[in-house]
Amino acid sequence: MSAMLEILSVHGPLTVQDEGRRGLRHLGVPLAGALDGVALRIANALVGNPPGAAGLEMRLAGPALQVLGRARRIALAGPVGGRIERTDGSTEPVEAWRTHTLHPGDLLRLGPVRGGVAYLAAAGGIDVPPLLGSRSTYARAALGGLEGRALDGGDRLPLGEAPAPEPPEFALPAPPAEESGPLRAMAGPQDDRFAAEAMDTLCSAEYTVTRDADRMGLRLAGPALLHRPGCGADIVSDAVTPGAIQVPADGRPILLLADCQTTGGYAKIATVITADLPRLGRLLPGDRLSFRLVDPAQARAALLAREALVASRIAGIGPARDAGLDLEALYSANLVSGFIGDAP
Amino acid sequence: MSGAAPPRLLPLGDAAWTVEFGEGIAPEVHARVMALADAVAAMAEPAVSDLVPTFRSLTVHFDPLRADGAALGRRLLAAATAPPAGTGTAGGRRWRLPACFGGAHGPDLAAVATEVGITEAAAVALLAEAELRVYMIGFMPGFPYMGGLPEPLHRPRLATPRLQVPARSVAVAGAMAAVYPWESPGGWRLVGRTPLALFDASRGEQPALLAPGDRVHFLPIEDAEYRRLEAESAAGRLDPAQWRIA
Repeated sequence: MSAMLEILSVHGPLTVQDEGRRGLRHLGVPLAGALDGVALRIANALVGNPPGAAGLEMRLAGPALQVLGRARRIALAGPVGGRIERTDGSTEPVEAWRTHTLHPGDLLRLGPVRGGVAYLAAAGGIDVPPLLGSRSTYARAALGGLEGRALDGGDRLPLGEAPAPEPPEFALPAPPAEESGPLRAMAGPQDDRFAAEAMDTLCSAEYTVTRDADRMGLRLAGPALLHRPGCGADIVSDAVTPGAIQVPADGRPILLLADCQTTGGYAKIATVITADLPRLGRLLPGDRLSFRLVDPAQARAALLAREALVASRIAGIGPARDAGLDLEALYSANLVSGFIGDAP
Repeated sequence: MSGAAPPRLLPLGDAAWTVEFGEGIAPEVHARVMALADAVAAMAEPAVSDLVPTFRSLTVHFDPLRADGAALGRRLLAAATAPPAGTGTAGGRRWRLPACFGGAHGPDLAAVATEVGITEAAAVALLAEAELRVYMIGFMPGFPYMGGLPEPLHRPRLATPRLQVPARSVAVAGAMAAVYPWESPGGWRLVGRTPLALFDASRGEQPALLAPGDRVHFLPIEDAEYRRLEAESAAGRLDPAQWRIA
């Protein structure tokens, strides 16, 4: 018998995402996919999925859900936790970066996402039908996911085939290191359309994520980046990509994210490098950030270093040590019980 | 002339290159863009995932873990500088798309005609005679930016964009024409509506009806024919290939 995830209640934006939709950007189809692809990859690795399997992307707060049909192993990645209410009445804390097994009838209640984004992977992956090569949800054009939309209470998601879970549970040897410091970006493609001091401003000022923030992009507050006199902000539209820093006439930068359109008409002063894209996905309104320019060689070195770190973490996945009693009590006390999830 | 500008290789981060052929919108610039798209497709670079032609540039998205970006950039620039093997328009398809102009389907047609001092019928005749070139698809899945709009129909956008443009509306703005694949906000002037779906994910590898490089003629139809075709299309009984000109 096959297994399904049933979403019982939703307390923040919840979508099905994988690595995104490639090969159709010439037809205006955005990449979409996980905002923090590294976290989704780790969650998938914990439950034995290939990196391209689809999981649940959670923002603001995680859902309550249960498994139907058969027991399944699940894993969380990112700043989220919760508890499992077992059918025998016992309660067990749920932590990120390790697996847990959900049996039919168990209730998984997740708490707030204490950062921009977190993921849940289930063994076998979320097996909604792939659309145009991906299961990622792109709600603006109703593509992918479940009926092309964000998930709601009552939704049921088919899971792919997976072996029956057996003890032990598995855990990452250590959570991924907190990344800090300026976001690394490469100049261009239209840095020559900006005033000489604009790049210095971008690389020295502190910016704040405003409330205009969604999966398409983040509008930043901070010192204006001025265009070169006579040039203006508007260009004949060309291609954009997640990470691009586009600057409209008001000089306030917009950082593009996974759901960004495929083309745009604002000059782009710089583009955040692939190694730092997951950090963009974790940003929330009010967060502060700064930028640093790197050259192509540094961008490549940064990406190889990140991949080596992720690979070593994944290679280190092994049997989880059970949480001690004190830890369990601590987690239970910290749970936000009955989190009422109206988005702020 | 802008078509003769040497190509520029611009980094769009560490996972994409943009090869730019000029600053403006011109058929000869776009022909170079499409010729390079053909050439890069023929290179069959395994790390390249997406080729995005725009008015004046080709963006090549690639996996930076599978390719040395600097070396790929040099190959792209060499291909862009080499004399094009083809015209860059050979791959473009030609379409004659049915559309009902004016009235409820094109609520801005009367105003556009009045502003330029011609009758609505004359405006429709201009639209029907034009050969439009699909420069690029952007803004939303399947949205074609088409050039070649007859000069008398060049009008500015609405001062206040509409909150809801009906899906499949034929619209003009400046020197451009387009068809909105989806209901969306929009500031272009609505002159008509086609019964054909511009984007249909169930069409597999070619979900968008139009692609960069295609050329489009409009075939004016009456409201009754529009309704018949719209119903056929909604029922999935309309093969869009029949609107292609051999």
